[in-house]
Amino acid sequence: MIYQGKQKIWADYQKEIPDNHWFYVRSCIRQNFFPASEKYFLKICRDMLGRDIYESEHHTTCAGIAYHCDTIPQETAMTVVARQFALMTEAGYDNLVTSCITSFGNYTEILETWREFPELEARIREDLWKACRREFNKPKYVAHASDLMYKLRGEIAERAQFQLVHRATGEPLRIVEHIGCHYSKMFPHKGVGGAEYPCVLSGMAEAWGGQVIDYPERRHCCGFGFRQYFVKANRGYSLSNTHKKFESMEPYHPDMIITNCPGCPYFLDRWQYVISEMNGKTYGQNGYGIPALTYEELAGLVLGVDPWDLGLQVHQVAVEPLLDKIGIPYDPARKYLGMDEKKIMTPGLPTSLKCC
Amino acid sequence: MDFGFKLSPSSAVNLDTVDHARYDRLVRLEPDALTCIGCGSCSATCTAAPWSGMSVRKVILGLQRGRDDEVDAMLSRCMLCGKCTMVCPRGINTRHLILTLCRLNRKGEVVR
Amino acid sequence: MVNRTPVIAIIGAGIAGLEAARQLSALGYKPILIEKAPVTGGHVAEWNRLFPDMSPAADLVQSLEAQTAKVRTMTSTEILSINRLKDGYSLVLSDGNILICQAVLFATGFHLFDASKKEEYGYGIYERVITNRDLEQWFNTRHDARIHNPKAMGFVHCVGSRDIKAGNTQCSKVCCITAIKQAIEIKEEFPDAEVYCFYMDLRLFGKKYEDFYIKAQRDHGIHFIRGRVSEVGEAIDGRVVVKAEDTLNGKPVKVTLDLLVLMAGIVCNPDAQHYAREIGVAVDDDGFLKSRDNVASITESSRPGVFFAGACTGAKTVPETLAEARSAALAIHQYLSKRG
Repeated sequence: MIYQGKQKIWADYQKEIPDNHWFYVRSCIRQNFFPASEKYFLKICRDMLGRDIYESEHHTTCAGIAYHCDTIPQETAMTVVARQFALMTEAGYDNLVTSCITSFGNYTEILETWREFPELEARIREDLWKACRREFNKPKYVAHASDLMYKLRGEIAERAQFQLVHRATGEPLRIVEHIGCHYSKMFPHKGVGGAEYPCVLSGMAEAWGGQVIDYPERRHCCGFGFRQYFVKANRGYSLSNTHKKFESMEPYHPDMIITNCPGCPYFLDRWQYVISEMNGKTYGQNGYGIPALTYEELAGLVLGVDPWDLGLQVHQVAVEPLLDKIGIPYDPARKYLGMDEKKIMTPGLPTSLKCC
Repeated sequence: MDFGFKLSPSSAVNLDTVDHARYDRLVRLEPDALTCIGCGSCSATCTAAPWSGMSVRKVILGLQRGRDDEVDAMLSRCMLCGKCTMVCPRGINTRHLILTLCRLNRKGEVVR
Repeated sequence: MVNRTPVIAIIGAGIAGLEAARQLSALGYKPILIEKAPVTGGHVAEWNRLFPDMSPAADLVQSLEAQTAKVRTMTSTEILSINRLKDGYSLVLSDGNILICQAVLFATGFHLFDASKKEEYGYGIYERVITNRDLEQWFNTRHDARIHNPKAMGFVHCVGSRDIKAGNTQCSKVCCITAIKQAIEIKEEFPDAEVYCFYMDLRLFGKKYEDFYIKAQRDHGIHFIRGRVSEVGEAIDGRVVVKAEDTLNGKPVKVTLDLLVLMAGIVCNPDAQHYAREIGVAVDDDGFLKSRDNVASITESSRPGVFFAGACTGAKTVPETLAEARSAALAIHQYLSKRG
């Protein structure tokens, strides 16, 4: 691996990310999968780093899931997106930041489509007006929340309580970065670092002390693929793609995986359980799995947030071995306590995947 | 545990693990097989192909890609008429090649 | 009696420029060779052996240089600007001189496609990914730590050729035979190595090219896989994992290689496009300079007094380039003779 070669490519794919004043749109599914990720994105950006991030309770799905499942035409998705732009305009913002990778891809694709076909934009403006009497300005900048976190990685590193370093050996943690397909595979110039060697997550991992590993199936999709997962008959394809990635990364003994998509961390986490039940195979050390974290969770850990406040107990793969490696303290007794410190239910244990 | 779905086997050919023994033995006995360009003249002229699936092109390629089951199924359907030999632009004696191949087992040993 | 004193500027002292200078000198003219690089011989001087006879490239270049030793040759000289005059052209050179000439010959050659632009192949990122030029240099110098007793190697045809995404839709013409030539040379060096050629079409049009192909198959057992490489990754031991579809088999293939050679294609020299635009010479939609007529007048441009030789109008083999250089010399002779 010639690191300078990657740096050369990264220099070609830098995008402008404004420093402040963002209109935030959430993901449809992340609050169920990773309940504290969006909350901590806002907490870190607003409370710790003093940025202005605005959120409206009136925003809806971007319709990306329905669009990619072929259940609605693109014009419908465009009108839904136009309404989000209207909310942003009404709130007085120009910069849109999305929590979800598919939303980011959807917004980008729509803006690019309008750039190529202005008559379509005019029609959508008319449709939006007819539907809800709203008007909008297009955002000046569209970023994914990981872009913003990438931009702030230095400030986070300055406030870091923990480094992504193996406490016992002093070696950097070996980190697999996995980028959502809709981040830069559609429009390479819209993603930091391009499509083949994105640096949005590797930049964070390196800034916080880790070492990124490049394995043969690094670019491969997690397998979510909408219609692959949502249709049970196709779900084996989804699983097989994840399996292919794990088989490929296994020889590198990664300590953790970080992701920037709603789907990828979910599948990279939960499928480890399914693979272990199907063929008894586990990919972490001593029968554990490889923890798959969102970048917000990772930033939270680095900044010293309590792992259970970050919602790491809802991961299938136990995060305790990772916390021990870094030296992050946690109270095992608090793992399954709810918001009011009352015990919520404790999950059953898998057959072969070791959990704490 | 039955999840109602399974890991799908990969259809990809992994050239790192394909066993070439039978192909290697074949090309030692029939060196002309190496010069196949996959043009398909043999299959196009084959009288058995339309209903049997026989294709000399696919046999030669299948051996190199470790698809012995498909190769053996095709070989069993050949009528040995030799029409394919007449049309090969590289002059491969395809009929002789098929006879030679039928004598080799999967390890490339001459068994017949 | 022909006027033998006009000034003829030849831009580029690769094999096209040298051969044209040789011919023009033989016709009694005093051409001037202008070369940006410190040495003459262009791309061919960097090559090791030439198909189809495997003759040393150095022999050809040295022979041309010896025969043009008396031609005024300005190396390390750039053309800062080029302007149209009433009956000729003026060239402002980087040494401060201004050259007034009656005829200009573009022998500006080509650029090798920058293989790092095909990011998915990882040139400049994965150690074991090299280009056709790198391999040719290894044949010359035998010095490249990446080439050490390879057990498995691959050649990727059409890197930056016939590729609308890379901005080049044209066929680079010489890469198929170059890949086969290099594959044979590698097999002669490392007989036990498995060698794979990944191709879209094999275009082996020239004299004895088909013989090379048969030799590669029959004598060296080189594997030809019809399919374009989709992506290259790095395995934990530093080897490269190459993925493609075997389109004849209809299945994806994957193979781990010690070395992967990218057959970088031929694109027009951007300097040539720049000079051409300065004096109103047409550039074709493939980026190469536009001949007056692609059948009957390949060496003539759309402007009087401006001529072409070699790869400035499109990918050419060495013998084609030399033949065109001779043809261009004659075209210049006829043009100057007519002017009297």
